[in-house]
Amino acid sequence: MDNNLSDAVSILRVKEETSLIRTFVFDRSFVFSPGQFVMVWIPGVDEIPMALSSENTITVQKAGDATSAMFALGPGDRLGIRGPFGNGFTKGEKVLAIAGGVGAAPLLPLARADCVMTFLLGAQTEKELLFVDQLDECSDVLIATDDGSLGLNGYVTALMNDLNLGAYDRIAVCGPEVMMRAVLTKVEEKGIAHKTEFSLHRYMKCGVGVCGSCCIDPSGLRVCRDGPVFSGDLLLKSEFGHYMRDASGRKKNI
Amino acid sequence: MVSIRPGPVTLGGVVLDNHLLLAAGILGTTGSSLNRILSLGAGGVVTKSIGPDPKDGHAGPCLVVLDDGLLNAMGLPNPSKEFVDEITSLAKKPVVVSIFGGNPAEFARVACWFEGRVAGFELNLSCPHAEGYGAAIGTDPALVEACTRAISVTGIPTWVKLTPNVTDITSIGKAAERGGATAIVAINTVKAMRISTGMRRPMLGNRYGGLSGSAIFPIAVRCVYELYEACNIPIIGCGGVATADNVIEMMMAGASAVEIGSAVYNDAKVFETIKAELYKKDGITPLEIIGCAHGQ
Repeated sequence: MDNNLSDAVSILRVKEETSLIRTFVFDRSFVFSPGQFVMVWIPGVDEIPMALSSENTITVQKAGDATSAMFALGPGDRLGIRGPFGNGFTKGEKVLAIAGGVGAAPLLPLARADCVMTFLLGAQTEKELLFVDQLDECSDVLIATDDGSLGLNGYVTALMNDLNLGAYDRIAVCGPEVMMRAVLTKVEEKGIAHKTEFSLHRYMKCGVGVCGSCCIDPSGLRVCRDGPVFSGDLLLKSEFGHYMRDASGRKKNI
Repeated sequence: MVSIRPGPVTLGGVVLDNHLLLAAGILGTTGSSLNRILSLGAGGVVTKSIGPDPKDGHAGPCLVVLDDGLLNAMGLPNPSKEFVDEITSLAKKPVVVSIFGGNPAEFARVACWFEGRVAGFELNLSCPHAEGYGAAIGTDPALVEACTRAISVTGIPTWVKLTPNVTDITSIGKAAERGGATAIVAINTVKAMRISTGMRRPMLGNRYGGLSGSAIFPIAVRCVYELYEACNIPIIGCGGVATADNVIEMMMAGASAVEIGSAVYNDAKVFETIKAELYKKDGITPLEIIGCAHGQ
C-alpha cells in the first residue's frame, strides 16, 4: 500500500463567497481531477470530505460542527489534508454543468478545464450564488434563484427546459440531493441518464474504501472510492434522492 | 506453492463457500455492501460489530494509510438494532454477525435480535480503542468465558475474536473454549499510534488505534501457532492476510480458514484474486497442511 498520510497545510487566506460559504486557500497545491475530494482534518475536531474547488482551495458551506470550526480559522492556521481521492467527472467535448448552491465548488475546475459549454447555476437568492464571475469567464452561465432575485425565478432544473439537451455529450451535476434527483428524473425522461453524472455526498469515515460507511444501496458501491461521481443510469433504482446513512449507519430520509 | 481443493467448508458450525471470509469492520456496515463482497468471491462475511445502542464512533481522523498497513480508530460506530433490517435480504447466506457489549447480559441482548437470522456470531472481545468494550473485557479470561457462555448457550455457532494485546493469548483462547466457543478468530488489530510531525499531534482523533494489514501478519501467525497448541477448537487466522501464500502459511500455523480485511484497500476483488491462485481441482485437502508446521 502506498502511504497516504495527511499533509499539514497552512491557510494562506480565506475568501467569503456568500454568507454561508467560504473558500480556504492553502499554501500548497494538489494534482487532481475535477470532482475529486480531499479529507480535511480540522485538528481536535474531526476529519471531513471536501471537494477541491481548485488545485489549492476548498470551498466550504457552514453546516455542522466541523465546518463551523473551520469558519473560526484564518491565515496561518493549519489543516491536515489527505488525498485527492475518488474518481472525478468524466471530461467531454461539450459538457453541460448543473450546480445548486455549494455544488458549484467541484464543477468550477471542470469549467476551467475548458469543456463546459453551458453552466446552469442555481441558489436560493442572488446573494447565495457561488462563483458567478469565475464561471462567466469560462462558460455560458444561466442563472436561476428560488426567489427570483436574479435570473429565472425557480429551480435550476427549470433552466433545462429551454436547452437542447441532446447537443451535449456529457452532463455533470452537483448540488442538494433533492435537486439532483429532479435532474435525474428529467434526463431519464429524455433517455440520457447514462451520459449524466452526479457527485454524491455521503457520510464518510475512512475516505479510501475500507470502512463501508458511505456505501450506497442496492449496489453496495463506495462513494469515496467507486465515486463520488456516479452515472445516472446506475442511480435510477437506488437510495439516491430517498435516504442516506448517518455516522452510526442508521438510515435517514432525504 | 501448495494448492488446495475447492469446496464448501464447515467451520465452527458455519457453512462457508470457501476458506476466505471478510473480516469484521471492513465494508460491513450495510447489507448491500456485504452482498457485494459475497458476489466478489468471499466464502462468508463478518459484519461490522453491532452493540446494544447506536454509536457514531470517534471523531476523525479515523484511519491512517501506512506503507504496510492501516491504523484505525473508528470507535465501534454501528446502527445497533436497526442492523437487523440491513441483513434480512441476506438470509441463508454465510453471514456472521459481529457483536459487542460491556458485559455478558449486553452480549446476550444484542444476540437475541439476530436469532434465526444469521449463520453465527463473532464476539468482539478485542477492539483496542473503545472504552469499556472489546479488549477492555477481552483481556480478562473470566469475563471472556462469561461473555462467550452468554451466547454459546443459544446453540448458535459462536466465534470469539481475540486481541493480541495480551501477554499470553492462549489463556484467553482457552477461556473462550471453556465458555463454549465453536471457533477462535485471531487476531484483532494491534494497539498502535502515529504522530503527525507536521501537526504535532497524534494522527488519529482518538489518539490510539489498531494496526492491521501486512505489518501485523507475523504477529497473527505467531498467535495462531500458539493457540493451535493450546486449544482444541478450530482457529480462523486474521491479520494481514493478502495473498494465497499468506493463506497457506496461516493454515500451516493452524488456521482452518482466514479472514481478510485491510487487503481490500489495494484490491476490492482480493477474494477472487486469492481464490484463483489458492484453489486447484487436483489440489490437496486442507487437512494435510493445517497445523503442519508444528513439531517441525
